[in-house]
Amino acid sequence: MKCAREFRDRAITDALLEELFMIVDRPLRIMEVCGTHTVSIFRHGLRSLVPKQLELISGPGCPVCVTPAGHVDAFVQAARKKDVLVATFGDLIRVPGSDGSLAEARSEGATVEVVYSPMDALTLARKYPDKIVFFPAVGFETTAPTIAATILEARRLGIENFCIFAGCKVMPPPLVALMSDPQLNVDGLLCPGHVSAIIGADAYRPLAEKYHLSCAVAGFEPADIAAGLVSLSRQVLEGRAKVENCYTRVVTAAGNSRARELMETVFVREDTLWRGLGLISGSGLGLRKEFEQFDAVNKLQLDLKPVPEPKGCKCGEILQGHLLPPDCPLYGRTCTPMQPIGPCMVSSEGTCAAYYRFSGHK
Amino acid sequence: MTQIKKAEKITLDHGSGGLASQNLISDLFLKYLDNPLLHDLEDCAILPAQKQKSRLAMSTDSYVVDPIIFPGGNIGELAVNGTINDLAMRGAVPLGLSLGLIIEEGFELAKLEIIIASIADCCTKAGVDIITGDTKVVPRGKADKLFINTTGIGRVDEHINISGKNARPGDAIILSGTLADHGITIMTNRAGLQVSGDLHSDTMALHHLVQALLAENSAAVHVLRDPTRGGLATTLCEIAQASGISINLSEPDIPVRPVVGAACELIGLDPLYLANEGKCILICDENAATDLLACMRSTEAGKQAACIGRVVDGPAGRVSLTTSIGGTRLIEPLSGEPLPRIC
Repeated sequence: MKCAREFRDRAITDALLEELFMIVDRPLRIMEVCGTHTVSIFRHGLRSLVPKQLELISGPGCPVCVTPAGHVDAFVQAARKKDVLVATFGDLIRVPGSDGSLAEARSEGATVEVVYSPMDALTLARKYPDKIVFFPAVGFETTAPTIAATILEARRLGIENFCIFAGCKVMPPPLVALMSDPQLNVDGLLCPGHVSAIIGADAYRPLAEKYHLSCAVAGFEPADIAAGLVSLSRQVLEGRAKVENCYTRVVTAAGNSRARELMETVFVREDTLWRGLGLISGSGLGLRKEFEQFDAVNKLQLDLKPVPEPKGCKCGEILQGHLLPPDCPLYGRTCTPMQPIGPCMVSSEGTCAAYYRFSGHK
Repeated sequence: MTQIKKAEKITLDHGSGGLASQNLISDLFLKYLDNPLLHDLEDCAILPAQKQKSRLAMSTDSYVVDPIIFPGGNIGELAVNGTINDLAMRGAVPLGLSLGLIIEEGFELAKLEIIIASIADCCTKAGVDIITGDTKVVPRGKADKLFINTTGIGRVDEHINISGKNARPGDAIILSGTLADHGITIMTNRAGLQVSGDLHSDTMALHHLVQALLAENSAAVHVLRDPTRGGLATTLCEIAQASGISINLSEPDIPVRPVVGAACELIGLDPLYLANEGKCILICDENAATDLLACMRSTEAGKQAACIGRVVDGPAGRVSLTTSIGGTRLIEPLSGEPLPRIC
């Protein structure tokens, strides 16, 4: 982690922030797409250090937050079935659907295990041959390749008691959807580091060109983010709309083609529902027909119903950058990290949870 | 005394109170834990009366950690050190501990022996005896391997006044060593993650460190707390609330071992919220801070102690952090079990 420490060096961030103060001479609105950016910005106190005229708004890049309540209901339905073992990433455990969460199902007797990799779920399937191991697959291009690899491995090993809910999403389409919204007033986009490692920095070029939007790919350390903000501010004020890669130690222009091949082998692009953003065409990753034996919706006969957003919840507007968490009537009153109502409060990378934890807005 | 066989398992008979129970007590418990108070196996231990005007302290804690044996320790060591530390955090000198075991049927006797042996080892190091005990065995599946409860009593001298309510503006905040070693060891172990580098629990009794501080300057010691579950962040929020003050921490001064920091990054957890089992927070008069820090560093448990922040005037319960890059942010108490992130 020597590398990470250098990118937290105060001398380096000080120099970048000083540059930022010299560049920014009018109000600018920058959207950080990724939840990990949101948390890092709060965690290092960057908001308190950037020029007042530079407004940072959070985008739709927290995979848990954009998972529709109807999908969460399907996860809970699966958990409540006899002989099903749910193997899930920790983030999903407390996310409320319309009929409870996986945590509640667990307290009622369901078997729910936290795993750190989808391969761990496969290990559980081999360990418990009399159970059906169900993995709710949620995530972006960062997570999807390992899930694809897991499916291929399950097929290779002939494991029959394993299935997933194919709920992964891909990143550029929601950004295109957001930018087509005339209400959204964003000058620049801080593009996600991990996702870009897979899809490549060039993936944002159509966005930059079509919407004349300045883009910068940045890592997650304070110096990375500060460098991204310098790049964006300079581009905007000079009237340029390019994709600048400020995370060259991880991200290339073309990305990771091997990881994308894995995704392509197992998944097919389909239209999918984003919580707060609605149906976005070609933004979801469904299982290809030859892998349908691993599809939990069929295997466990899950009932997918549309679920209205909780009354008063503004997660949708917050994910679109129209509102800030304190603008929501539920925020800090009935919706807190202990008793989350909307998804942005439950995920550790959700905008509301980050505001609540770090900002003092209660 | 009979030798424990490797494959032998705990059965319901071991908790029946009959011959099997007696054998377990004589062959295992007394073998390791014998002392005059425990030896007679009476219904309770009777301690000598304390000197006048000193007071008695009492604390209890139950231990259900999973896995029960982990790098750097096991459930037995936690049970001894944890309860000693709870007594020490009010300035008490521990006088004795109870040991209550709830064992799942089928638990390996050899593992129980490892745990009892390390309990004995911790007691010897700490100079505190197990003076009374109890063992129950429950059917398979009714408990998870082994649960332990320890209760401790201690003596507090009359002039000692240490409480979470005593922090005052201006006070210095000192941490006795590196953060999050125990929490990250358990989390990575539970997850089966292989992290290169040495991750191990910091389980350790702190009463000798506390007695050294009290001998140095007891009046200057305002608050002592061990940041166990919920970590440094949650513990400081509780103190700030109880004392009606605000706290400012300095991130670069908080000691975290690089391997611990790296493992936390890897699974998306904040070391400020992870458990510690051998560290304490000292909040003391600022004028005595230099001497108390030096005193702490002269003890085995406090070699890496550091001053990490200040108590300041401000809204009750507010804890803020000046980050390594000079920004500020608030610190909230932990709101639930820490969850690793997806990506």
